[in-house]
Amino acid sequence: MLRFVLKRLLSLVLSLAVASVVIFLFVEVVPGDPAAYMLGMNAQEDTLNALREQLGLNGGLFERYASWVGGMLRGDFGTSYTYRTPVSEMIGERMWISLPLALFALALSTAIAFPAGIWAASKRGSFADVSVMSLTQLGVAIPNFWFAMLMVLVFAINLRWFSAGGFAGWDAGFWAAMKSLTLPAVALALPQASILARVMRSSLLDTLGEDYIRTARAKGLSRRQALWRHALRNALIPVLTIIGLQFSFLMAGAIIIENVFFLPGLGRLVFQSISARDLIVVESVVMLLVFAVIVVNFLVDIAYALVDPRLRVRA
Amino acid sequence: MNFLKLSKLMGASALAMMVASGAFAEGDMTVALQLEPPHLDPTSAAAGAIDSVLYSNVFEGLTRFASDGSIIPGLAKSWEISEDGLTYTFKLAEGVMFHDGTTMDAEDVKFSLDRARAEDSTNAQKALYAGISTVDVVDPTTVKLTLAAPNGSMLFNLAWGDAVIVAPESIEGIKQQPVGTGAFKFSDWVQGDSITLEKNAAYWGTPAVLDKVTFKFISDPSAAFAAVMAEDVDVFSGYPAPENVPQFEADARFQVLIVNTEGETILSTNNKMPPFDNVMVRKAMSHAIDRQAIIDGAMFGLGTPIGTHFAEHNPDYVDLTAGSAYDPELAKKMLAEAGFADGFKTTLKLPPPSYARRGGEIIAAQLREVGIETEISNLEWAQWLEQVFKGKDFGLTIVSHTEPMDIGIYARPDYYFQYDKPEFQALNAKLESEADPAKRTELTAAMQKMIAEDAVNGYLFQLAVPTIAKAGVVGLWENAPTQATDMTAVHWK
Repeated sequence: MLRFVLKRLLSLVLSLAVASVVIFLFVEVVPGDPAAYMLGMNAQEDTLNALREQLGLNGGLFERYASWVGGMLRGDFGTSYTYRTPVSEMIGERMWISLPLALFALALSTAIAFPAGIWAASKRGSFADVSVMSLTQLGVAIPNFWFAMLMVLVFAINLRWFSAGGFAGWDAGFWAAMKSLTLPAVALALPQASILARVMRSSLLDTLGEDYIRTARAKGLSRRQALWRHALRNALIPVLTIIGLQFSFLMAGAIIIENVFFLPGLGRLVFQSISARDLIVVESVVMLLVFAVIVVNFLVDIAYALVDPRLRVRA
Repeated sequence: MNFLKLSKLMGASALAMMVASGAFAEGDMTVALQLEPPHLDPTSAAAGAIDSVLYSNVFEGLTRFASDGSIIPGLAKSWEISEDGLTYTFKLAEGVMFHDGTTMDAEDVKFSLDRARAEDSTNAQKALYAGISTVDVVDPTTVKLTLAAPNGSMLFNLAWGDAVIVAPESIEGIKQQPVGTGAFKFSDWVQGDSITLEKNAAYWGTPAVLDKVTFKFISDPSAAFAAVMAEDVDVFSGYPAPENVPQFEADARFQVLIVNTEGETILSTNNKMPPFDNVMVRKAMSHAIDRQAIIDGAMFGLGTPIGTHFAEHNPDYVDLTAGSAYDPELAKKMLAEAGFADGFKTTLKLPPPSYARRGGEIIAAQLREVGIETEISNLEWAQWLEQVFKGKDFGLTIVSHTEPMDIGIYARPDYYFQYDKPEFQALNAKLESEADPAKRTELTAAMQKMIAEDAVNGYLFQLAVPTIAKAGVVGLWENAPTQATDMTAVHWK
């Protein structure tokens, strides 16, 4: 097991190093001068130069890469060009919205998908199965931002149960904060839950067709018992893979939902920073997201190994 | 329990929650804006969003803009201008305190203006203050400005958000903790979400009516619609989706103000690039454009046609739209005379605002009618600044010039549309040194006519933006002579 973990760790570090180079180069070659963006159309060349000097934009490419990576290793993500606050502080603040939102959505999606998927698989071909399958089909097909706007229309504008967007802040209390995350989390969770339920169902049906299930049934277990004791655990591997991917998607891909609900999360920060050419923020946030994705994948790999001992040996 | 009962019960409990949370308080107001300021120092960025929150509310200059665009006393209660127009002596208001409790006096004025025009200044409008040669402190409430040459627009320039008075004691942290002299003081900034201002109890002038103003930042048009309809915000200044305006007008809960801005929206033309270096071609284009169709199609009727680069609501504005009236047949004839009977191809590069993106499609169609094919490309602002504004790599572009009274840009031959005419530059030099209002009117009229006759750019319309407010809100600006959301006189009916 230890060797397996170490091997995975090494690949994790390598992926991060490659990612940092790619991100830096991609962001730096995008045309657009942050100083020109900030000073607008009446600024003259000497003023622009003074600002570029202040922001440290006049150094060479390699020099800036080295100082960026060096800073990150010390936990210093640099200072935002536009906001002029440390990027780590900005990320920290935004994280308190994006992370709970992603976890909330993930919890919702799992809470819907597991029962739905298991139920559908256990009653294969029945009315229940068909309705779960068609509902999830719909859930996958509906774009989440459209569903979000629909919910705003119903729950914010007509019923007035929720505000149309914004974040109440954790200072306003746990429930007030969770309330402002509810609609966004539902909007994010619905398509994820649909996908997850379908994967759960088909994976479970696959394992239910395996020989060992027949053996279990032959030794006298009911279909239900066989499902819960033997099939479910084996069906979990693809489901875990999907959950891992979904979490990464929820962390990085909530940009549109954060815009619809004007939530000050990480996605919106990246979005704003790209158009303002706040390169250092874009680089650092993207790097952080890559880090999160790689770590989640790492944890999923470990989870596989826990669920399926054969993987430990093979690795 | 049947469904009806259930929904009633849930509705009632939701209502109870809303009342309990005290969403509505007499002295509070929530104002939504589309753009969030990058930081809170109006003297070191061009971002209009900074002024939108802080101008007049938190920071004040020697002079200031009133809603109608006139210049009124700010921190300077009066001033004298010497006979030769070179010395300005400002008498400051007495007993003015910064929000941190320090006094505002002539030293602070000197500090602020010296900082704006310094060698290493990052003031976006540095050029406006470059003509000041010295700032002298006469006594704590008297400041003397000496100019290198007479400048008829000095009082106007000092009213800009870029010339507000800041203190050396608080300059370090100004980008996060702005300390000014205004009727509101900065209270809190939740980045990405909102900025809160509180009433300044020790204000030297007429105090603000509201106790607290929260600026919320909502950029997405559909989110903006939802926030107003759900009454999450009391005012939306610069509402981003003009197509919703009729719906708000029909709703008794809201009032709609159509706010005139300083934005001359123009089809900017690269005057150095063939065939646009031919005045005949530019004139032909000006007749090929149907302004009203663009206003109706791209702006849902908001905006007034202009025939030159000058704010339509300014008393000195000359209506020259007739000289470039929509006449595609004439346009075709002129193109043929210029040697382009079969038309030509060019590029049309569009920045993100909807006036440009939607207007661009319409203009492209109108130009196609007379044989001009445009290749449209959509650019982000940063790209636009790089390619079009700095690189001058464009044939046509659409942009709203939002700086007030900016006809002087036509006197800069290296400015991105590259109009280089010595006669115009001479007129502009005269205007800059002229202080007599009648003569200034005459000069600006001549300048307006010259650029219209040369059809330097296609002059489209004066940008107007809707402000949506709850019916009970009183005292909002009806014009926007500068980008500001002046809340000092706003209150509930």
